[in-house]
Amino acid sequence: MYLMFLRQLFHDMKGQKLRSALTLFGIFWGTTALILLGAFGHGIHAHQVKKFNGLGEHIAIMWPGRTSMTYKGLPRGRSILLREDDVTLMKEQIPELEAISIEYQDWSIPVRHDKVLISARLSGVAAEYGDMRNVIPDWGGRFVDEIDVRLRRRVCFLGNELKDDLFGSAKAVGEIIEISNVPFTVIGVMKPKGQDSAYSGRDKDKIFLPYSTSAVMFGHTIANVIVWKAKSLEVHKIAKRKIYEVLGKKHKFDPGDNQAVSMWDTTENLDFFTNFFWGFRIFLLMISFATLVVGGIGVANIMYVVVKERSKEIGLKMSLGAKKGFILSQFLLETLLITFIGGFTGFLFAMTLIRIFPSFNLEEYIGIPTISSFEAILSVSLLMVIGLFAGFFPARRAANMNPVQSLKM
Amino acid sequence: MIKMRGIRKVYDTGRIEVEALKDVDLDIKGGEFVSIVGPSGSGKSTLMNIAGCLDVPSEGTYELDGESVEGLSMSQLADIRNRKIGFVFQAFNLLPYATAFENVELPMMFGKVPARERRKRARELLERVNLGDRLDHRPAELSGGEMQRVAIARSLAMKPKLILADEPTGNLDSKSGAAIVDLFEELWKSGTTILLITHDSTVATRTNRVVYLKDGMVRSQAREMAADMKALKERKRLDTMQ
Repeated sequence: MYLMFLRQLFHDMKGQKLRSALTLFGIFWGTTALILLGAFGHGIHAHQVKKFNGLGEHIAIMWPGRTSMTYKGLPRGRSILLREDDVTLMKEQIPELEAISIEYQDWSIPVRHDKVLISARLSGVAAEYGDMRNVIPDWGGRFVDEIDVRLRRRVCFLGNELKDDLFGSAKAVGEIIEISNVPFTVIGVMKPKGQDSAYSGRDKDKIFLPYSTSAVMFGHTIANVIVWKAKSLEVHKIAKRKIYEVLGKKHKFDPGDNQAVSMWDTTENLDFFTNFFWGFRIFLLMISFATLVVGGIGVANIMYVVVKERSKEIGLKMSLGAKKGFILSQFLLETLLITFIGGFTGFLFAMTLIRIFPSFNLEEYIGIPTISSFEAILSVSLLMVIGLFAGFFPARRAANMNPVQSLKM
Repeated sequence: MIKMRGIRKVYDTGRIEVEALKDVDLDIKGGEFVSIVGPSGSGKSTLMNIAGCLDVPSEGTYELDGESVEGLSMSQLADIRNRKIGFVFQAFNLLPYATAFENVELPMMFGKVPARERRKRARELLERVNLGDRLDHRPAELSGGEMQRVAIARSLAMKPKLILADEPTGNLDSKSGAAIVDLFEELWKSGTTILLITHDSTVATRTNRVVYLKDGMVRSQAREMAADMKALKERKRLDTMQ
């Protein structure tokens, strides 16, 4: 019996082949767009965050600067230099800090292995630096550790491209290289990573040494930068304020003077970034939503035609005792069915595209599209709502027909 | 069964008002077999629609089976149509995509008859109208007479007290038409009240009362009707002569 209604729907749609096909396509395309745009938005966002975090997650980088305010009778324009004891002081007085590292930088240091001689950038850092800055050793190696720092060992950690330049495909860990004609043991090579921002060149081209070794070799006493990270994002701002207070007290500058020590706070960029991508994704969702709405209007349109063509049948059913609710729900269900068929095939199509996408090797540029359950649920419920809206008005027209007049048609 | 008093029906088409029925009184007792005759435009169909609760009168009162239908809602009227009235139409009005069996089941579905009973009864009814071997045929695969028999089986599905037939033989050849009238007669003998509209005098003469409608009014059965019947018979005689 219920099959009969399906048969009838099928027949109606066959009678309106082109219109039905276009309508189904509208819903199909709308769903596909909704899911694909959602998934790609997701993928691009994740990809950008990953690249962004190549520098390090939620870190801040500070440079020595010049005072821009007078303070306690002292003039502006004094340069503030940061040294190792400043790092020690900050560690002692600011419990909100999770990690902090001094960084001594050298440019154009001759680095030699066998017959290859390269001029490289060099950073003297503490053990905590690796995790903070996402400089992670590849399998079989390690980063600079605390003992290296304490004993001023002649060890070095290589960026992955520098390693390739020096060693080619040969193994580097355990080998000796010469840095400024001094032999160093390679203890690790960086695992390749995406990095789209930097303050002193890409990590893949650098050499990292224990800062103590770098200090004695090159005579550093003044930090080029200090990198730090708070225990959580919640206390990040507190830690930042305390740094200015502690350093301001020691070096006699106004704690509000953010030029005495300049700071690149990546969490601020991240905030902007997150907001931007939310906006971007909402924009994508709105486009696909509009496509779906247009599809829904198509469905409503075809249902109006179906109702009109079947008015005689509606009149007959009414005369046989069908109530308004029955007629209404019959047309509503038919519309939902059409919407569902179009939506489901669109969903499958989009999922297939997402599934085969990684084989196109475009990951480096736009990431991997992923669909979150939130978006899946959202698109399904959106489809339902659109189906209900598209079906409701034609169905209501059908249900409100006058049996006598519709029988005459 | 039917008690109409002062029924008036006006159709307002926007620009002009058409008075389809003017002050109709009609009484039909239970168990009667009545035909309504009259020229086209006389208001027969309007009367039928009101009798069948498909439409409501502009004025007057209508009692069906002892109950006034005045002021009932759309869904209450649908319920009355479902339970008390069986419709048979000139154009059969079967659902084209449904089989004979499903067409008979339809009113029982609206009447929420359980599926098992629905199927049993649909089979019995189709056997009763001699279509036991046509259960799974679609209307397009049936002859006119067969379609009308399916429609009659459908009209009996909810065991109504009243059958309303609007020109049931109008689209049939005389032989199938006669068979349909035979079927109505049989139903009448088993106790169903039947009201049918017809143009056909041979059909009208087989009912036990003829109501003559003209210009939206029930005429006294005497003179005018006799004259009309005479004219009909005369025309028929001429037809057979040709």
